[in-house]
Amino acid sequence: MVMNAQQSVEMILLRQVASYLSVPIWMMDDAGNLVYYNEPAERLLGIEFDEVGPVHADQLGDMFRLTDLDGSPLPDLELPVVYALSKRTPAHRDVRFCGMDGIWRDVSISAIPIEGQGNRFLGVFATFWEITP
Amino acid sequence: MRLRFWGTRGSIASAGPETVRYGGDTASTELITGDGRLVVLDAGSGIRQLGNHLEEHHDHVDILLSHLHMDHVQGLPFFRPLLDPDVETHVWGPVSTTQDLRYHIARYLSPPLFPVRVRDLPNVTFHDVTPSTFHIGSLTIRADLITHPGTTLGYRIEEDGKSLAYLSDHEPALGRGRIPESPEWTSGFDLATDADVLIHDAQYNEEEYARRVGWGHTSINQLGAFTKMTNPGVLVTFHHDPAHSDAELDDLHEELAGVVNGTRIIAGVPELTLEV
Repeated sequence: MVMNAQQSVEMILLRQVASYLSVPIWMMDDAGNLVYYNEPAERLLGIEFDEVGPVHADQLGDMFRLTDLDGSPLPDLELPVVYALSKRTPAHRDVRFCGMDGIWRDVSISAIPIEGQGNRFLGVFATFWEITP
Repeated sequence: MRLRFWGTRGSIASAGPETVRYGGDTASTELITGDGRLVVLDAGSGIRQLGNHLEEHHDHVDILLSHLHMDHVQGLPFFRPLLDPDVETHVWGPVSTTQDLRYHIARYLSPPLFPVRVRDLPNVTFHDVTPSTFHIGSLTIRADLITHPGTTLGYRIEEDGKSLAYLSDHEPALGRGRIPESPEWTSGFDLATDADVLIHDAQYNEEEYARRVGWGHTSINQLGAFTKMTNPGVLVTFHHDPAHSDAELDDLHEELAGVVNGTRIIAGVPELTLEV
């Protein structure tokens, strides 16, 4: 996915902060495209961001799988990131997560809508916190 | 568009024998539109002289504020047309997430900081600006946030196919220490790209920037990289550090010329005039 337009400053600054944190963080734009994830998130996703680059919303399903903790499927709106994107409300849930390395992990996801100056909805950032077995 | 610079210094007014050529007044630039309308970019101490030397009477004045640091608003109550009830003045500027522009200006224009209150100004209207495109007369103005402490706007002003980008206080290398990265993640890229004239922060040398990361300004090498990335026709340097003498600024501009190829560089100095 090729991104041409400049991101908003709020997103630019969030990305800068995320790049300095050891908490896994990813960022999506208002259309649900994955525009950035930091190095700690690379371990969970099983691939470096520089290798994959921005991911179109339609292609995210090829990159990872999510289920409930008991392995049962989750409706889209039960996924914190999807909920935060569509409802513009923070959301949280513990899930089973499998990235491109094929390893299933229990992960606690917290997703927060990004609302910028002038009530502009810019996207969502989410932390993926691995639950210690 | 016709530009005339009245204040190009940053941070604090710094008149003295060592700052004669680059001037001591802080940010204020006069813009006369193609149809003769007066627009003022920022209200630093330079706006006082601007107001005192207008070549013709304007019964309508628009002031665009990039942000509300003192070096960009301090001259506002000394701008003669603002005190004239026959002049309709419109002040456009950024807001915070909870307070409007008028509230913030009123914090300065009120005792004990200043004896004149906002409510004493006879004919002024405040306009809150968030990232958006709006019109003033024949101008199409795009405002967008740029990296600088506090809410800070850059403006891209267009008229008859000509464009001016105004990024007076800007730290595009914040958090990275260098540019360019990708345009997508570079603050100010969309505003500045291919502008006929880019007015841009040129505050620090490299050593100074290293000690002032996060203060919201640009080093000469970073400005060179940003200019190459955005490819303006003309670069006007702006917001000179108050500690820099004329001689030091000459050296910095020589250094900048060595970094930038293909873009004409003009030092921002008082009374510089420029057609866009």
